[in-house]
Amino acid sequence: MKLKTFRKGGIHPDPNKLTSGIPMIKADVSSEIRLELAESIGVPARCIVKPGQTVSAGEMVAEAAAFVSAPVHSPVAGTVKRIEKLRDISGFWREAVIIATEIIETAVDEAEEALSPRTQEEVDALTPKEIIDIVGNAGVVGLGGATFPTRVKLSIPEGKKAEIVILNGAECEPYLTCDEVLMCGWPEYIVAGCRLIMKAVGVEKAVIGIEANKPQAIAAFRRYLKGSDDISVVKLRMKYPQGGEKQLIEAITGRQVPEGALPVDVGAVVDNVATAYAVYDAVYNRRPLTQRIVTVTGPELKKPGNYLVKLGTSIRTIIEAAGGLPENTGKVIAGGPMMGKAMANLDAPTTKAVSGILVLPRSISQRHEEEPCIRCAKCVSVCPMGLEPYQMMNLSIAKRFEEITSLHVMSCLECGCCSYVCPSHRPLLDYIRYAKREIRNLPKK
Amino acid sequence: MGVISTSIIVLGIIGALAAIVLYFVAKKFHVYENPKIAEIEELLPGANCGGCGFAGCQAFAKACAETDSLDGFNCTGAGKDIMDKISVIVGLEAKAGVRRVAVMRCNGGCGERQIVNNYDGVTSCAMEGALYQGETDCNYGCLGRGDCVASCMFDALHIDPKSGIAVVDYEKCVGCGKCVKTCPRGLLELVEDIPDKPLVWVACMNHDKGPLAMKECTVSCIGCGKCKRVCTHEAVEVTDFLAHINPEACVGCGECEAACPRHSIVHHGNLIPEKKEAES
Repeated sequence: MKLKTFRKGGIHPDPNKLTSGIPMIKADVSSEIRLELAESIGVPARCIVKPGQTVSAGEMVAEAAAFVSAPVHSPVAGTVKRIEKLRDISGFWREAVIIATEIIETAVDEAEEALSPRTQEEVDALTPKEIIDIVGNAGVVGLGGATFPTRVKLSIPEGKKAEIVILNGAECEPYLTCDEVLMCGWPEYIVAGCRLIMKAVGVEKAVIGIEANKPQAIAAFRRYLKGSDDISVVKLRMKYPQGGEKQLIEAITGRQVPEGALPVDVGAVVDNVATAYAVYDAVYNRRPLTQRIVTVTGPELKKPGNYLVKLGTSIRTIIEAAGGLPENTGKVIAGGPMMGKAMANLDAPTTKAVSGILVLPRSISQRHEEEPCIRCAKCVSVCPMGLEPYQMMNLSIAKRFEEITSLHVMSCLECGCCSYVCPSHRPLLDYIRYAKREIRNLPKK
Repeated sequence: MGVISTSIIVLGIIGALAAIVLYFVAKKFHVYENPKIAEIEELLPGANCGGCGFAGCQAFAKACAETDSLDGFNCTGAGKDIMDKISVIVGLEAKAGVRRVAVMRCNGGCGERQIVNNYDGVTSCAMEGALYQGETDCNYGCLGRGDCVASCMFDALHIDPKSGIAVVDYEKCVGCGKCVKTCPRGLLELVEDIPDKPLVWVACMNHDKGPLAMKECTVSCIGCGKCKRVCTHEAVEVTDFLAHINPEACVGCGECEAACPRHSIVHHGNLIPEKKEAES
């Protein structure tokens, strides 16, 4: 049987899933937790605690400041030390709440005990509106990396109707295995989260899309879902960027999301499997999103693995837990090698967006020297959105942003296929990202 | 007859015919242009920098030739001599224009700002500033990738190899303002350079609060307001933890520079080249 995939473009990078099959490790709770307030796309959360105040595990420290905004919760019991600016992974100053953890050894256990899980009957009694509110108040955001508030995604705009829920378990990024570990270990919770999402958006059908290189995950779901016909598992062909929202919708439903439209316009609601798990956790266990699985990996790293990390833990601490930074490290990347961003500051805290910490040696991470474009059009043929990256780069160099807009630059999902294949090693994506940023800042007509 | 001579004759005839046609066409459709425009344009630098406020050198020449008074007309690139020559051509009196120069509002070189990470992307300040915060802790300082150097048409800007930040060559700077528009961090500021009045400016754009600004750079303005207190001419203003000297009110006494605990105020003697010669 031919495996499903999207039609246009795509590449086949070396999967390098070094941490595949390694069970999840709980990272130690660090004595200081630093929570960034801008944990999601949109408006940063508004801080509601004061220095000196004690907070319990799971207590909200910042509330949503707008519709597209997500609250932030303390992952530990402790005292708020300061509210100050700190440098995020890119080096920009961000407002953050610094919490001193109290009694590290017992903090985690206490937090577990404090939870009073909802019973199945209680959950069944919840209305879709109530589920969305619980998810929103728990600070759940898209954990695939875009950190879009899940509450917004589940609130279907009036006049539109969702037909299918798609759970994204493609994990097409090389190196990353955080979703795989979750899918293999806790398929029942992901399915429970999926059913909650289905109820919230009012659909009867869901599909879990998983790339073919994760047979255990597929088997785990198929085993668990035997006999139920509302959720099915689809094995997807290995191709990057299979996990792109629009690519996944096309692969599974055959529908293309028009430019500027939302997935719900073609009847689809896409959520990452980790997000579904967070939804389950928020509704059943009343636990807000205060931790996530982070793949800490790298060819030279001593103890690569999938770590369950409390948000706000310093990235350096996590790397140290994985065996420390190797001497020949060239770059540390937040996320995967394709879409991730090189970190400018290792002391930055883990945020909801950090799906992986990739430690690359200098020999791999160094950029090649840029050479002139030879018009081979490889970037055009691999672009999953059918764009013309070479042209957009040239216009971006010339700062002709209005013209780039007419080349549909805003449809670019920044997958990096163009930069990956370019035989002249041209930094296509850098220029496209720059252009997109500048266009967003252009005065609106 | 050989091929060569045939071609010469044929092409010669075509050429002669074309010349005759073109002569009459040129006569018939002749457009009169003020000869002064070409004369003035000849004198101008031809950089089309836009420092005069017109679209380019030709637009400026045209405006000069058609105006009734040369008030406010000043080619920043050419200088006073050329303006005098233009005034002779158009028969009007040229007033001495105010010389403007760009000053660099960052003084934090490698010695002052610690490099905390290495940027390995495209060599462009605009890109580095947009996608990352820069190699140092300071969110406001010079990135040193030379966008301003590339924009300058008078070779008046370069990156100092020692400090790694851009410096202005005041002798070459004509005050066209290209770099001001180019710098993504807005570090270059156009100021009027008046003879006999030394220039004083705050060479820092850091808006962070004192303790943070102190950590970021050893010559950062922390907004302490000492300069404001010592200034007897009410030329200094401190807003958002950053001092700014109003060039119009400033007399160039340099009191503030002496009082600044952070050495972020720069006091420059005479920037005009002629003045330098006269002094020595």
